[in-house]
Order: sequence, then structure tokens, then C-alpha cells
Amino acid sequence: MTTSTRGSSSQRNKALPAVLVLEDGRTFSGRAYGAVGETFGEAVFSTGMTGYQETLTDPSYHRQVVVMTAPHIGNTGVNDEDPESQRIWVAGYVVRDPARIPSNWRSVRSLDEELTAQGVVGISGVDTRALTRHLRERGAMRVGIFSGDALPDAGTMLAKVRQAPEMKGADLSAQVATKEAYVVPAIGEKKFTVAAVDLGIKGMTPHRMAERGIEVHVLPATATVEDVYAVDPDGVFFSNGPGDPATADHPVSVMRGVLARKTPLFGICFGNQILGRALGFGTYKLKYGHRGINQPVQDRTTGKVEVTAHNHGFAVDAPLDKVSDTPFGHAEVSHVCLNDNVVEGLHLLDQPAFSVQYHPEAAAGPHDAAYLFDRFVSLMEGQRA
Amino acid sequence: MPKRTDIQSVLVIGSGPIVIGQAAEFDYSGTQACRVLKSEGLRVILVNSNPATIMTDPEIADATYVEPITPEFVEKIIAKERPDALLPTLGGQTALNTAISLHEAGTLEKYGVELIGANVEAINKGEDRDLFKEVVEAVRRKIGHGESARSVICHSMDDVLAGVEELGGYPVVVRPSFTMGGAGSGFAHDEDELRRIAGQGLTLSPTTEVLLEESILGWKEYELELMRDKNDNVVVVCSIENFDPMGVHTGDSITVAPSMTLTDREYQILRDIGIAVIREVGVDTGGCNIQFAVNPEDGRVIVIEMNPRVSRSSALASKATGFPIAKIAARLAVGYTLDEIPNDITEQTPASFEPTLDYVVVKVPRFAFEKFPAADATLTTTMKSVGEAMAIGRNFPEALQKALRSLEKKGSQFDFAGEPGDKAALLEKAKVPTDGRINTVMQAIRAGATPEEVFDATKIDPWFVDQLFLVKEIADEIAGAEKLGPEILADAKRYGFSDAQIAAVRGLREDVVREVRHALGVRPVYKTVDTCAAEFAAKTPYFYSSYDEESEVAPREKPAVIILGSGPNRIGQGIEFDYSCVHASFALSEAGYETVMVNCNPETVSTDYDTSDRLYFEPLTLEDVLEIVHAETQAGPVAGVIVQLGGQTPLGLAQALKDNGVPIVGTSPEAIDLAEERGAFGRVLTEAGLPAPKYGTAFSFDEAKRIATEIGYPVMVRPSYVLGGRGMEIVYDEPSLGEYLTRHAGLIDRHPVLIDRFLDDAIEIDVDALYDGHELYLGGVMEHIEEAGIHSGDSACALPPITLGGFDIKRLRASTEAIAKGVGVRGLINIQFAMAGDILYVLEANPRASRTVPFTSKATAVPLAKAAARISLGATIAELRAEGLLPKTGDGGTLPLDAPISVKEAVMPWSRFRDVHGRGVDTVLGPEMRSTGEVMGIDSVFGTAYAKSQAGAYGALPTKGRAFVSVANRDKRSMIFPARELVAHGFELLATSGTAEVLRRNGINATVVRKQSEGEGPNGEKTIVQLIHAGEVDLIVNTPYGTGGRLDGYDIRTAAVARSVPCLTTVQALAAAVQGIEAMNRGDVGVRSLQEHAEHLTAARD
Repeated sequence: MTTSTRGSSSQRNKALPAVLVLEDGRTFSGRAYGAVGETFGEAVFSTGMTGYQETLTDPSYHRQVVVMTAPHIGNTGVNDEDPESQRIWVAGYVVRDPARIPSNWRSVRSLDEELTAQGVVGISGVDTRALTRHLRERGAMRVGIFSGDALPDAGTMLAKVRQAPEMKGADLSAQVATKEAYVVPAIGEKKFTVAAVDLGIKGMTPHRMAERGIEVHVLPATATVEDVYAVDPDGVFFSNGPGDPATADHPVSVMRGVLARKTPLFGICFGNQILGRALGFGTYKLKYGHRGINQPVQDRTTGKVEVTAHNHGFAVDAPLDKVSDTPFGHAEVSHVCLNDNVVEGLHLLDQPAFSVQYHPEAAAGPHDAAYLFDRFVSLMEGQRA
Repeated sequence: MPKRTDIQSVLVIGSGPIVIGQAAEFDYSGTQACRVLKSEGLRVILVNSNPATIMTDPEIADATYVEPITPEFVEKIIAKERPDALLPTLGGQTALNTAISLHEAGTLEKYGVELIGANVEAINKGEDRDLFKEVVEAVRRKIGHGESARSVICHSMDDVLAGVEELGGYPVVVRPSFTMGGAGSGFAHDEDELRRIAGQGLTLSPTTEVLLEESILGWKEYELELMRDKNDNVVVVCSIENFDPMGVHTGDSITVAPSMTLTDREYQILRDIGIAVIREVGVDTGGCNIQFAVNPEDGRVIVIEMNPRVSRSSALASKATGFPIAKIAARLAVGYTLDEIPNDITEQTPASFEPTLDYVVVKVPRFAFEKFPAADATLTTTMKSVGEAMAIGRNFPEALQKALRSLEKKGSQFDFAGEPGDKAALLEKAKVPTDGRINTVMQAIRAGATPEEVFDATKIDPWFVDQLFLVKEIADEIAGAEKLGPEILADAKRYGFSDAQIAAVRGLREDVVREVRHALGVRPVYKTVDTCAAEFAAKTPYFYSSYDEESEVAPREKPAVIILGSGPNRIGQGIEFDYSCVHASFALSEAGYETVMVNCNPETVSTDYDTSDRLYFEPLTLEDVLEIVHAETQAGPVAGVIVQLGGQTPLGLAQALKDNGVPIVGTSPEAIDLAEERGAFGRVLTEAGLPAPKYGTAFSFDEAKRIATEIGYPVMVRPSYVLGGRGMEIVYDEPSLGEYLTRHAGLIDRHPVLIDRFLDDAIEIDVDALYDGHELYLGGVMEHIEEAGIHSGDSACALPPITLGGFDIKRLRASTEAIAKGVGVRGLINIQFAMAGDILYVLEANPRASRTVPFTSKATAVPLAKAAARISLGATIAELRAEGLLPKTGDGGTLPLDAPISVKEAVMPWSRFRDVHGRGVDTVLGPEMRSTGEVMGIDSVFGTAYAKSQAGAYGALPTKGRAFVSVANRDKRSMIFPARELVAHGFELLATSGTAEVLRRNGINATVVRKQSEGEGPNGEKTIVQLIHAGEVDLIVNTPYGTGGRLDGYDIRTAAVARSVPCLTTVQALAAAVQGIEAMNRGDVGVRSLQEHAEHLTAARD
């Protein structure tokens, strides 16, 4: 949805004017950041104080305009190691105080240059806290960013924002997932093979598996059950990804196929919602979602609390306090967010399958939940034994 | 799993007097902890010798022992109270060391007291360098990250010298084990420096242990604040990045939260290491901080140290994030887990999360080198700052500039007017970290330095350097703008420029800039500190200003009282004023007002969001206060602003606020001015028929000489318009006067010099009183132990007065009333009197809360500051008596005969400072205040109370051993009786020849020792200084004549400080000490809680 022209660099006061328009009519003015032009998407805010590079390149942010609550963005520039995918996915970027120079021993260029090079339209100098509070109170909504010398009039801008598609009902994974299958080799001795269905997978996820001796076969979102089993997997993984899980009929049916064969299964984020739907639970859109790297999640099996990375606008509607009967046996909610009691994980009691709504691969974010990859390994070991 | 049920009572150890490295932050954390424990239904027993704390208010704990924090006294308290548990992690290094001593002595086991919040093994692992290195090594093995700087542990000077070889040469860092605030540590660039620093370090360390370390100067420095609960849940509350790279103690660095120049990967490595360290050390529950150095070239991470307790940084982190670490640590210690504790600010979410900030916090240290002109002002790994200011902004420049103006020190704000100076010279100067280096850097930038040049000189991260360039570019734009339009003003404000700075750049008056700005509608908004970057709604109105779009101040209905705090701690204006502000808030809240606190000192109780209904964490400048008043006036009715409780800072704003139409409650600005202005005050005294010492104002050297001769020597000289006795000296003759004026060359050209008669041998008396316009309530009368001429803040004093009779009190009462009435006081007044011969002179009057208010309140069990706040808003003393806030009858001048005696003793920071040659600074007391804190000793008789005050301040007085006596001629007569007493108590006296002769003539035997100037004797007889260094002297009495390094006394006194030998510098202190020694030798020095004292006092009053 992004149209752009190359913008000028962000020297003081040289940046062109820019306006952010929300679908309910509230507007914020600021300065152009990154590419100049116009862009549309769903306005969401992310509260992480570090990790903008990972956020920008997370495919789950496809079609979203991300508001950073941390005021200083770009301080450490851009390096070639930290991106979570091959490109920036956010539809637009809203910051308060962009860095004028990057400072980090790994930095190879500035964030401003990167945004411009990838044609990402952003806006700076916005009261991001006011915007965040607005989204918190009114919920995530469509937004447009317009920058440049000749901005359309307010009515035109608002009309354009209101013409943009909504996130509810959007089927997006196929747009962000790999078109071709590829293999991430195990680091060290290979112990397992995993088929990972890419619904918008982040680079760190197969890496975390590879670290544990897993050879990861990343398959396109369109992969069938047959494609999955063609790699003779010890386990199957369903990744994170953008869009409304209610539209994900294909992945849900593949997931059911895997569940039917009782192959060890692990899902993250979108993968958790797919598991939920495969088990017969509903999914719903949260008012403003969880996006940040400080969310307290309790593992109900151990009582321990982990600080976790989140990026989800939808959630699974499963009962918290009882075991549910599903077509694949008993299931229960394994993890819950302590801030708002949102379901953050599911597991089957009668067969080796579990998923979490948050990001144990943690890029960006704390590594507290890395044990879940070990849990997946144990399931695969258990299946072998 | 909720609270433990097997603990019914807890002993909390406070941190004692305010010293450099251990300050008001422990009052904040201790107060929080005590309140939490009490609300959990536990009996809280507190020991803290510092009367100026909220923590030692009788309502905070169930039994409050204002007793020395020594293993001996704490054991007495344990024996009496038999607590189930001891919480040692909230009172700094003092509490931790005391707890370890009690453990090692078997006391805890003997009385069955469980250590909670930390175990001994964990404390040792965190504090012992060797053990901590093993911890870091173990962590590295587990997670593959983190290492220690290469280092060598040394227990002797031989070890030290060999250690340098092992590390590959100089420079090396020296760190003594188990000292607080990095005391005794430093960089050694050669053997001389090494011998000096390591020598002192070995002495200071209770385990005679120092660590030599590879130099990591110039690396990036970070700190993480972590919390762990008993279920092993760990959260990182805050990351802090030091603006000043490695080499400057973090307490002396400008620090920034959150970290600004780490990618997520690098940050998560620090987080992983931090969590692994807290687990490996085995901190059961509670907070700890961990410091890291990161190599800017390649990201190599070195774990510097950890504190397994609440610290100065955790207070800062709490204020920076809204996550109250001490409060939560206390809950964790009694068995809760993080997920069971609600986040106060959101109320809906739990404490088991990591705060995220949508603002930037900057802390800047405040130094007091002007008080110690001989001290070397270079910043090192030994902390030297006496206070700090914190500011919050929506970006770094805004927060930084607000923090710099919060320091409230001339020249602390960036100066863009005038010539910057020579670039090369400025860059050279910036290489050495000192107070105000950031201003030097800014001048270098103005002088044309490039970012690379600045980085090369300072190693300040290029991102921070660029932010300084940004500020400078804005200043250029302000200067270059055709007119002050809305856009340039908005930009300037967005980057933190004050109206005063803009005015200076534009050559305008500050109020003109403000008028233009207001006319253009450029005003700040107030945002909330909410722990979660607005993800959840905040219930706690904890605000900071920013020039942004949307304000979050909610309307209110109740009338608000705005209380102005005292800003950063400094010598002369410390925690005592915070105490009064907090009391005002409590009292007014109870009286039905909505209380609004304004302050910028992160160490304090006043800046706890729990203290007042609303908190504005803002600089205390006219501009910032006017904007707050404006915002609050928009929000609802404002009853007034209280300026008289926060010390000189708010008092200085009073008139300007009033001129801007702000209602000032209590004593009017005109009355304040009347007391401060000498001529006008003189007329008040004349009208009341009260004598003041003769004085004159000199505008030239000749005039000064003439006035001094007329008044008669000795005279007290000082520049006019000074605070805290700055630059004040007593001169005994004309040559000394000449020397004073030469030393302060140029002074007399700019400001007149005040010359007062100095009342030699006078007794100084301090009075705190309340006045409501009709009735006087004499709060307390304090008799100074030291003679007049020693700053009242540095002098020990006793309450009730020990040598004044009923007639004297009557005269004091009448004079106080006359002055309070003449000045027009509505609230508190503090008056200093001097009794010379039989004449009662008035030295000065301050129509505000004084430094002694908390001491007086505790000694008499009457909350004076609360009463003052109420009087400010119209209550009368009669009403307050009827209400029970003040006693029904009588006052502090009519204490019953058997009332306890309280002694206040000042604590001096001598051991912190060195001159450029690395020698100690002189320790002589004078008219310029230099103490950082105080302790209180309370007992039924003076001797015991004095002995307790000494034990609390410096360590116990010796009860036997060798005492060295050397006094100035004028003191020789008054020395004889106390010297005789010392001998009677079994002391061996050592004296220099002159003093020994006087003693012998009076039949007192004294061994003659060699003066330092005489050098070692032919048969190796040691000089007195050598004897002190050899640990062969237990008590030193040395009264000076004049000051300065040229005198023998200087070496003696600095040696005493280095070896921590009690050193009395006045004969009055000697006389008091002798009474104390006698009391201790009599035995059975008991302990009694303030609540017991109060009960006793109340019973006696009725």
C-alpha cells in the first residue's frame, strides 16, 4: 500500500511536513521520516524500548503502521545481523525523535537511510504518547501517513484512510511467506527434522531450533499436509504471521492433518491461533493488541512468570479454568498474560502438541521463554522413545 | 503463595547519617519498606541514628530506635525486642555490614533471628571481589557471556606491587573490599599513586583487602536494576546508561534511563547476564543492581560489580520508572511473589513485568567542591557528589537541560551567550572528568570542535555527543531567528531550553521571553510516569512536563496546596527540608486539602508518588513552578503555595512567585525579605530592644580594616549574599584579615564584605518556634556544644539545653516572640542566639523550617513541620492544641525535668576528599558548613546521649587507651579539667611539648611526643603523625589556630581521618566526650525507642 518518492535526509528542519490521520478523524502533524509519500495500514503501538530493527522486519507487522512509544529511535543504526526477514514489513513508521546519527559498532547505515531505501513512509515529531493513549482508548484503527510538500486537504486524506482495507478479515500470510521451501541446517549435530509452515516466520525462530540440533524445512504458507510429511518430519511447526486467523482456513486444515497423525507440534503466535481454531476454539480481535517485550506471562504448568515478547492483535477464545474437550482430545490453556488474562498458550493433554501466542524466539525481547524450544525437543524425543 | 505466617516482627536497619555515597535514598527506601511491613500486620522495629529521616518518624515503625547502628547497640535492641527476622537490605552498606557482623558474632543465632531478603552467603558472594569473580566465571560457563576485568586480590602492599606486574602495568584501578560508595578506590597511574591509594584502601577495608584491576577507562557503562522473588521470577526494572564513560563513579556520572545506545541483542545479553548473576549469587528475594562495562569497539562485556541490596541506583530506578523497588522488595522478603503484588500505578496489572518508558530520564550529580577548596575536583571511582537532581523529558535534550537547571547552581545550565573560549584548551580540559565537564564540552562544541574531537577527548558516546550538537544548533537557531516566533520557541522548548537560556541568547529579560511565549500559547503539557508507556491507564498522578501535544492533568475539586521541595541535596540543604515538606503534605492531606508536591530530587521521600496526592517531578525554577501553578489552577482551586519548608530554594522564589500573582501561604515574602535583609532586620531588633553583635559592611580593604578595628578582633568576615556560611571565616588579627581579603581577591570589588563581631567563648543557641500571629509555641531550645563561630549545621547540640536555666529560657522565649511578631511570621522560625557573658545576642533569624526541625520534633515528640503547614493555611496554635497536633499545654521550652536529653552530632565528609597531591583535606570546623548529615543520641543523661551521638556518627569513643592532646593557647586553660578526667579514666596522655608543659604544671602527667615538623627522633622515636598511622593513638584532641596545610595540626587531623581515630577539634567537644566516656565506663548504656520516650514525655506533660 506504500507509494513513495525518495525523501531528503533528516537534517534539522529540512524534513518535509507530514500528517498522520486516523480513521476517526484525529490527526497529528509532524515531519517526514524515511520515504516521502503516503501509506496506509492499521495503527498499532509497540512499547519495546529496544529492537526497532527486529520490529520493522517482523512479517507479522505487514499492513500495520507501527507507533513506537519509546521516543528515541534509530540510535544504534541498522546492521545486517538483526533483521528478522529480508525486508521491512511495516506499512508505516511513527516515531517521536529519530536519531540524527547512528552509534554502534555493528551499525552499517542509518535507520533513516534504510527506511528511505525500502520506501517505508514514516513520520517523526508526533506526540506518540497522545497517539498511543488514543489507540488504547479507541482501539486499533486504520491510519494514513501523508508527507511531502503538497499534502492533500484534510477531507481527502481522511477519505483515503477510510478506503483502506481493515485488518479484520484480512488474509495476509501468503503475502509475506516464502514462495519456495528452504532448509535451515542444524547447528552442530543434526538430531531432528522439523517442517515449519511459514505464515510470516521470523528469522530467529528456525535459528533457535537449529541451535538445538534441528534441521528446519521452511515451507510456504500454501504447503499441504503432504508437503509437510514429504520432509519426514519429527515435528511440525506453525509460525507467526499477519492477518486475521479467522481467514486462515488452509493452515487450519493442514494443522488438523498434523494433529490427526499425532506428530509433535509447536506453534507460535499465528500458529497458536491456528491451533486454537483447529481445536474448535474461536479467535477474536483484541482492542489494541499486545505489542512489546515486557509482557508477564504465567506458565500455568509451573506457576512461573516469564517476561515475554508479544506482537498480536488477535487472541484465542478458550476457557481459562477448565479442560476442554476437542476433536483431538483434552486441551487446556497453558499460558496466560497476567496483565489481562488473555490466552497465551494452549496444549493438548493427550498428544504432543502445544503453542504459545507470544514469541519465545525473542527477537526482539527477553529470552525467558526459550525453554519452549526445549519443550518441543522433548516432545520429539518422547515420540521417538 | 502469600505472606509467610511464621514472622510476626521484623527488625529493619536504616543507613544512619547522610554521608557521601549513602544518602536520602535510603530514607525513601526504608520508609517504603517499613510502611509496607506494617501494613502487612507485622511489628516493625527500626534502628536508625539519623533523626532527619521520615523513616524514624514514630508512626512509620512500631518501635523506632534512634540509636547508633553498631553491632553492640543493635544487639541490645534485639535482646530487648526479640524480633523474628532481620531485614538488612534496605539500609545501604551500613545495614548490610552490621547484619553480617551480627551474624558472624553469632548474635542472630543466639536470639533466633532469621535474616530475610538476603542470606549471608549471597551477601558475601556479591560483596567479596574474589567470590564475585567466581560468580561471573560460573555465569560465563552457563550462558557464554560476561567476564570480569582481569584483576588481582591483594592483602598487603607487597601483593599490590606484585599485582601491577601481573596486570601488565599502569594504570590500574584500586578497589577496597566492603566499603560503601566506592570509598578509598581510585586510579593509580604510577607507584606513588598506587602506594597512597592502595595503602588507604587496605586500611579502609574491614577485611584489609583491595582489588587491583585492568583499566577499562573510556568504556561504556551500564547498570541494570533487577528483582527476584522466592519462585525465581526475575524482572529487570530499569536499565541505566552512563553519559560519562567508565572511570567516573556512577554516583558522580550523568546517567540516563533507559539505555540509549544498545541494540536489543546487546541489551538482552546484559539482561541474561544480570539474571544469571542474581541466580548464581543466590539473592533469595529482593532487589539488586549490576554494573557493566561494554567495550565500544566490539561489545565485550565486563561485569563490574553487583549490590545484593537496595541502592542509590534502585531509588533512582524507582523514580525513573514508577516501579517502587524497596516497597516490592519488602513484600518479597515476607513471602509474596512478584505476580501476587499489584502494580500500584495501573492497579490492574501485576508487578511481575518490566517497566517500559516513553520518556527519558537524566540524573546529574551535585557536587560541593566549593566547600573544600583544597580538595581535588577530578572525578574518579570514589564518589564525591553530595546530591543529585533528576529530570524527565520526552527526549534526551529536554531531560538533560531540565536536569542541569534543577541543579540550581550558577553555571550549571548550558551557556550560549559570550565567547566560548579556545577550542584546544576546552578539549584538553574536557579530557579530565570534573564537575561541569558537560558544560566544557558544550563550550568546545561552540568553539568549533567536531564530534570526533569531542569523542576523542571524552569517550562520550557519539550519539550523546550528537545530541549536544543538536542542542547547540537549536541555540544557534534561537540566536539567528528574525524574531521569537511560535515555531522557534516551540523547538527551543522541545529541546529543554529554559526561558532564561532563551533570554540570554536573545539578550532579553527572562520575563519578557515568558510573556512572548505565553502570548503565543507555547506552554508545557504534563505527562504521566506510568511504568507501561501508556499501554494501561495510570491511576497515579505522577507528572513531568514536556512541550508536547496532550496534557494528562485531570480536573479536581478539593483545594490544592502546592508544596515546593528543596531540590538536590547539598551541604546546608539536605534531607531535613524534605522531612518538613513531607510532613506538610501528610498534615494538609489529613486536613482535607489536595497536596501537590514539586521536587526534582530522586533520593527523597517527597518524590515518592505515594507521599502526596499529586507529584510533579520538575525543576524548582521560577519558570517551571509558574507553569505548574498554571496547570493546577486550570485543574481546580489552588489554596496556595508553601515555600517555607523546602529551605532556601523555594524561599528564594517566594517574592517572584507572588509578583506573578501566585498566592504564597504562611509567612509572606515581604516578611521573609525583612528577616534576610540586614538593615531591615536590624530595625526589627532595635524596636524589640534586642542586641545583635556589632557589624559593619565594607566596600574596600581600608574600610574593612577600620570597621574590624572599631568592632574589635576577632571578627567574622564573609561575602554578603551567601548561603550556608559560604566563604565565612573568623579572623583574629589584621594580618589575617588582609590575608582573607587577598585570598578572596576581587571579592570586595563585586560584593561588599560583612564584618561581624565574633563572640569568642559565647554559647550558641538555636531556637525553633511556631508563630501564628498571636501565640508563640517554642518548639525547642538547642544548646550548641561547640562555641559560637562554628556553623550551627556542623556543631553538636543538646536539647533540652544542658547549662541554661529557667531565666535564660524566659529571655529566649521573649526575644523569639518579639522577632516572630516583628518579622510577621506565620509558621516556623529559627533563630540563632549567642550568649556571651550575660548578654543574649541575636545572630540571625530564618523565617522558615530549619535544618533542626526534624531533630527538635523527635526530641520533643511534637510534629513541628505539620503544625507549621497548618498554621500557614490559617490554623491557630490554640486550634492545633485543641486538635492534639500540639500538646494541650506547655511547649518545647517547658520540658519536664526528667525529659530525655537528645544530642545532635554532625557528620563530616573529610575522608572523601583529597587534595591534588593525594593528601587528606583539613578537618577543622568553622563558620562555613561542611557536614553532610547528622545523627541523634538520646538518653536520660547528657553524657550517655553524647556518647551515643559519637558512636552513631564516627564510631564509639574509646573508653581507655592513649589520648593525644594538643591545643591552641587560648584553649589551654579549659583543657585542664577534662584532661585530668581522662587520666582518671585510665587514659595515658600524649602531648606535644608546649601542651605537656601546661599539663605537668597542673599536676597531670603526659608523655611528650615529637611533632611532625620535628621529624623522627635520633633513636627512632615516632612523631605523633607516625604514631597515629601506626594505630597507637585512640583519641585525638587537637584544636586549631587558623587553618591551612602549613600547620602541624593539619597532618595530625588528616591522619586521624585516614585511620578513623576519633578527633575532637574543640575543647567543648572534649568536655562532652569526657562525660560520654564516663557514662560508658559506668556501664549499662541502654536502648529505648522513640515511642517509649514519647510516652514518658506525654505522661510527664499531663
